[in-house]
Amino acid sequence: MEVTITINGQKVSRDVEARTLLVHFIRDTPGLTGTHWGCDTSNCGACVVLMDGQPIKSCTTLAAMAEGHEIRTVESLERDGRLDPIQMGFHEKHGLHCGFCTPGMLMTTRALLDQNPNPTEQEIRTAISGAICRCTGYKNIVSAVRWAAEHEAAMKQEA
Amino acid sequence: MQTPAPFDYERATTVDGAIASLAEHGPEARLIAGGHSLLPMMKLRLASPEYLIDINDLEELSYIDERITEIRIGALTRHAELLESELLARRAPVFRDAEEMIADPVVRNRGTIGGSLCQADAAEDLSAVCAALKASVVIKGPAHHPDNPSGERTVGMDGFYLGPFTTTVGADEMLTEVRIPLRGGAGSAHEKVERRAGDFAIAAVSAAVWIEGGTIVDAGIALAALGPSTVIVTRAEEAMKGKAPSDELFAQAGEIAKEDCMPVPDGRGPVDYKRHLASVLTVRALRRAATRALQQEA
Repeated sequence: MEVTITINGQKVSRDVEARTLLVHFIRDTPGLTGTHWGCDTSNCGACVVLMDGQPIKSCTTLAAMAEGHEIRTVESLERDGRLDPIQMGFHEKHGLHCGFCTPGMLMTTRALLDQNPNPTEQEIRTAISGAICRCTGYKNIVSAVRWAAEHEAAMKQEA
Repeated sequence: MQTPAPFDYERATTVDGAIASLAEHGPEARLIAGGHSLLPMMKLRLASPEYLIDINDLEELSYIDERITEIRIGALTRHAELLESELLARRAPVFRDAEEMIADPVVRNRGTIGGSLCQADAAEDLSAVCAALKASVVIKGPAHHPDNPSGERTVGMDGFYLGPFTTTVGADEMLTEVRIPLRGGAGSAHEKVERRAGDFAIAAVSAAVWIEGGTIVDAGIALAALGPSTVIVTRAEEAMKGKAPSDELFAQAGEIAKEDCMPVPDGRGPVDYKRHLASVLTVRALRRAATRALQQEA
């Protein structure tokens, strides 16, 4: 079946089987391999992308179910050579080690900051409770999100 | 890589269209909403439907409405919406208790109440929540009979489950609405023990009490992950009626829950541990439900 999905503002069409999962559509069709494919069981959160601004697990969504919706992946965060504040937070606070969980962490926490620009540590920990990192112990990830929250308002004013 | 077996896919645009399509494609057709139970089962080839009808566009099934005698919840209402609902938090707080511990926030953006109930997983929390609240569900099918032109029927949660992963919803029917009766002096709570955040329960208990003039006039107690389906502890519910809430009474209900549950040993724990949890969680849920009911009454 022909599936058309808007990914990072661009319409992408491909003839796929109905059983094609969104994560594979994103990685294979426009070749956006930033979205990682991890546990395959909706537990680890590496595959999180935004659908109409809401974080979802793309390994447990059919590509066909995303037709007509706006998908945002990690590749959309950096614009014109400028990193998104959430990316800068992960850079400044060393919010990653091996990097496998990072795309999902970035999209999950980007969505959090869009809804709640000044989250508490507990709110951050709840938001990422569906995303597993085996390296950091989460402390630096929480610091990274706090860094982004603190700097985002100022950076927006500059821009 | 886990991939479901091949199937054909259709996106429904109306409730009647989805039901007509179910009738046309027969028992190998399935509705898909959030997909967070069905797709994992399809990936593991525990389920291999030949035809999927995507109902995510049926926005008319997404609502939480307060009526005079009940709250009506559309089948497509997401877990995140149930968690955030101030109406439910006020009138049926057991929902928020349970939703805070169902899966994780990202999964809750997709999973729906209708899907959760129809999945009929004995370890799923909302089935216990709705059973304790003595909810009923509206099931809609093709309009065969002249005396039932809408094709709708209403079933209480005590008649909804036929067994593990099996409900009374027919192959050409769909659950469209959950109805939570509203009565005065109500209090409710959910207690759950899980191995890690967002996991299915080792054991969970939903409790509701209705208190008038210091006396319990009705009670609802339902257990998750403690039997082949959601377990309604009728004997304990009956034992509480007409009595004043007290720790002794709750302990008695806990003992009945411990006796009447039917857990099996698995990776989440042995039977004696699960029976112990049935008792302890029943007491805790009843205590919190009664406290909330008395706050309502005051």
